[in-house]
Amino acid sequence: MSKKLVHGIFDEEDTMMQALTSLKQAGIKVKDVISPYPVHGMDDALGLNRTRISICCFLYGITGTCLAVLMMWYMNIFDWPMDIGGKPSFNLYKNFPAFVPVTFESTVLCAAHGMVITFYLRSKLIPGVEPTVYHPRQADDYFVMTVEAGDEAGAKAAEKALGKAGAVEVKS
Amino acid sequence: MEQTALPDKRYEFTAKSKTLSYVLIAIGIVSIGISFATHSHQAWSNLLWNNFYFMVIALAAVFFLAIQYASEAGWSIAIRRVPEAMAMYMPWGAALMAIILIGNYIAGSGDGHYIYHWWHHDVYDPESPEYDPIIAGKSGFLNMPFFIVRVLFYFTVWVGFALYFRKMSLKQDLEGGSSHHLKLRTRSYQFLVLFAITSSLMAWDFIMSIDTHWYSTLYGWYTFAGLFVSGISVMAIILVVMKRRGLMGHVNQHHLHNVGLFMFAFSVFWTYLWFSQFMLIWYSNLPEEVAYFVVRQEQYQGLWIANFFINFCIPIFFLMTRDAKRKPMILLVMGVILFIGHWIDVFQMVTPGAVGAGGHIGLIEIGTMLGFLGLFRYVVLSHFAKAPVVAKNDPFMKESMQHSF
Repeated sequence: MSKKLVHGIFDEEDTMMQALTSLKQAGIKVKDVISPYPVHGMDDALGLNRTRISICCFLYGITGTCLAVLMMWYMNIFDWPMDIGGKPSFNLYKNFPAFVPVTFESTVLCAAHGMVITFYLRSKLIPGVEPTVYHPRQADDYFVMTVEAGDEAGAKAAEKALGKAGAVEVKS
Repeated sequence: MEQTALPDKRYEFTAKSKTLSYVLIAIGIVSIGISFATHSHQAWSNLLWNNFYFMVIALAAVFFLAIQYASEAGWSIAIRRVPEAMAMYMPWGAALMAIILIGNYIAGSGDGHYIYHWWHHDVYDPESPEYDPIIAGKSGFLNMPFFIVRVLFYFTVWVGFALYFRKMSLKQDLEGGSSHHLKLRTRSYQFLVLFAITSSLMAWDFIMSIDTHWYSTLYGWYTFAGLFVSGISVMAIILVVMKRRGLMGHVNQHHLHNVGLFMFAFSVFWTYLWFSQFMLIWYSNLPEEVAYFVVRQEQYQGLWIANFFINFCIPIFFLMTRDAKRKPMILLVMGVILFIGHWIDVFQMVTPGAVGAGGHIGLIEIGTMLGFLGLFRYVVLSHFAKAPVVAKNDPFMKESMQHSF
């Protein structure tokens, strides 16, 4: 591993957020923070890019819509024309009110499952993959701040800065 | 965030701005005058439709205040004076509604044209040729004394709470402390329970009973969803206009995002109910139920489609992204579009039932709307000018100023 990782473990949200600012001022780049719950403003303080999962969500949703319409067109209009609601029009457009709930549910199903699966793949939470645990309490009640240090000297500086910022434990 | 820049900034309701309201009111009076002078069959339903629309916008503002107090929401304190000012139209809306109902009753006794078909005495009389067994069967609810009691009850509740919320908020400005906050919270719980009942019942009384034979169990919710979207849209318009004037500098993009979220979410919710009501009736295809939609789809096809398109397709595409909800100009434009969209929606609810096939939206109708808009604008802005634009002594003020997510 060419880059050295230094982990600062924090037990308070406020200390962690202040540490983010003080490390930034000291010119140390914080790679990521693992937190037990979403912290408001943490993404901005870390300088993370906006998540692209909403784009995925839209694409999965559109896929779900198309699949549902295709399925219902094939089943109820094309393969076995149905008299829906006493209106024998046998036409996708005219029967569409009856198809809206299914289309909606399918859109939600595909969007939700697609997003969850994408999230798991992206954060490497796949069955069989060994999870990276920096600290046994990292997602229970401790915040783990990861600093990417360029070399030995950088790692020393990061350790010092993390300790000064109030980390209860510093690991490298 | 600075606290010093806040206190006592006020909006000034200038003579020029007042003149605009007077001009709008004059246009309205002329339009109403013309429609009565030409014996337009839509004259009364125009009044009911437009007044109902602006009355429920004020009601939506009272409801908005109540949910903020009841949930002890912090973010909305920064914008609270806007719904407070809007809520002050409530007495006007209620009074005009009473005048319109009484006026229609008196005029109808003369020429036999009531907006509400069930107001005719003959329909309850088995001896009469006009006897209508369906309406007679509903006489336990649709009878004049009970109707009057109900309407008075709604108006008392709505106006009472609107004035109370305003009074306590102004008192809090002067005295500070948390006692007003706690009182407002308790009153809000009471209002929300009463609102749940009155908003459903008033939808049946004022609107659904126009189509006396028809009924829909979703109607109260559908009306509520529409009124909340139109209320939030008007709130967004006032908020953005005031922000552009430099009065709402403390309102940041996160506050705007919340208002945009309400607009977006309740537009979708409105569509959900609008569609659910339509689809169940469309699917089951029962003659007594589909009659409502047949007249709207066949005689008012353009407006029927426009209603769905404006109130669903436009907000879902233009308000979906996070950035759109944070841009004041987009909120302003969407607010105006949704305001017009729900105006058309209330037209769809009132006019086809009241006049049958021949209803339309023309210059007279737009003029009538402008008249009510002028009055609404006058009342809201004059109340908005009476108090500082920030409710500065609220216990959650700091949280509101720092609101971000």
